[in-house]
Amino acid sequence: MKWSEFFTSSIGKKFIMSLTGISLIAFLVVHVGINATIWANDGGDMFNKASHFMGTTVVIRILEVGLFVGLILHIIQGLVLEIQNRSRRKTGYAVSLGNRGSKWYSRSMGLLGTLLLFFLIMHLSHFWVPSRFSDLPTVDIDGKEVANQYAEIVRVFQSPLVDVLYILGCASLLYHLLHGFQSAFRTLGVPNGKYMVLIKRVGFAFSVIVCVAFAMMPVSVYLEWVS
Amino acid sequence: MDHYKMNLTLKVWRQKNNKTKGGFVTYKVENISSEMSFLEMMDVLNERLISEGQEPVAFDHDCREGICGTCSMYINGRPHGPWHANTTCQLHMRAYKDGDTITVEPWRANAFPVIKDLIVDRSGFDRIIQAGGFISVNTGNAQDANSLPVAKDLSDASFAAAACIGCGACVAACKNSSAMLFVSAKVSHLSLLPQGEPERKSRALAMVAQMDKEGFGSCTNTQACESVCPKEISMTSIARLNSEYLLAGLSERS
Repeated sequence: MKWSEFFTSSIGKKFIMSLTGISLIAFLVVHVGINATIWANDGGDMFNKASHFMGTTVVIRILEVGLFVGLILHIIQGLVLEIQNRSRRKTGYAVSLGNRGSKWYSRSMGLLGTLLLFFLIMHLSHFWVPSRFSDLPTVDIDGKEVANQYAEIVRVFQSPLVDVLYILGCASLLYHLLHGFQSAFRTLGVPNGKYMVLIKRVGFAFSVIVCVAFAMMPVSVYLEWVS
Repeated sequence: MDHYKMNLTLKVWRQKNNKTKGGFVTYKVENISSEMSFLEMMDVLNERLISEGQEPVAFDHDCREGICGTCSMYINGRPHGPWHANTTCQLHMRAYKDGDTITVEPWRANAFPVIKDLIVDRSGFDRIIQAGGFISVNTGNAQDANSLPVAKDLSDASFAAAACIGCGACVAACKNSSAMLFVSAKVSHLSLLPQGEPERKSRALAMVAQMDKEGFGSCTNTQACESVCPKEISMTSIARLNSEYLLAGLSERS
């Protein structure tokens, strides 16, 4: 079997979704960990140090390229699968199956993913683009001039509208992960049984903890829980 | 349970053939016994239609005891009707009460085109089996059963997968019209046994290739198939097919 046949088969396409999905899940661990430094409540020093490290370390920048490649593959493959799968039933049912036997979010991964894409465009334009392509004001930490990313967060999250959009983005991520986490492992061949039980529990805890932590970022800034 | 009679309104999909456009026709059926099966209720309707000189409703049925996988009706939004782990022929009218309206549709999927009324063409499943759902051995004379040891748990798992009757309810329920539960049951049934081992890789690759060719969708693990399967085929089968296919595809050298 040629590589092209393998990766264009129905299971091969899902294999790509699964591997890129799991790598994006791994990225979320790093992202949420760095975000959590704002709760050190040290005026953003720890956060700015972490941002400086992530933005200026060569290895991280190389990984960043890999992250974008994985993300773009996940988005394109996801859209292709969604469109192909929708076209498999030209005549629909008059009475639909509804919410029996499957969770609504497992049937809505295309929609949730599209919402996440819009959120991501907004999110990158808020933080990633300015940090790469413009000179942010700097602060002095331990005698070193570093970009003041923390001030950017505080500035962006002053807007209640932006905060609400971020919380909705986190909600989309929560439901996307609730199905995506376990589905990725099923696609890799994990059967029902003790491993699936473990994956479901870890997946649930991971999805809730990560998404609540992300949603607490705009909330903490807006309500001035961090200074 | 007490026996009772009921009058029902049926909305049935009527379609002359796969070239013409179909639509729902509403019928009233009266004096239906709660002890009838769903198909017997359809028989009552058809007897009346014939006596009135009308074309009876075409529907698939054969054994009427839940083991052949021929009956295939999508009843009020669910393949094989409201009961769990059940086929349409084993659905009984005590599931309904007087005055109910029941909508009956054929399986919907591009890979299952309507032949007439409620009958769809499921020969795609046959072609998937022909692609690899078998073992190629010269069976010779019957052997001593103990000459080829099979672990009890594997034999049970294989048997559970072999219970698939190929009715297509999984495809009908799946939002992607995916046939993965069917194909995975057939692959599991053989790959778990020593007799299926020699063709394990080629079987998984060939059956999935045929499944894709037939125009079934890909699995997104929503588990709708598992919930409507009359034989309770488990999602474990799908995970097994995934790993069989990935290992076969990645370990082939050319």
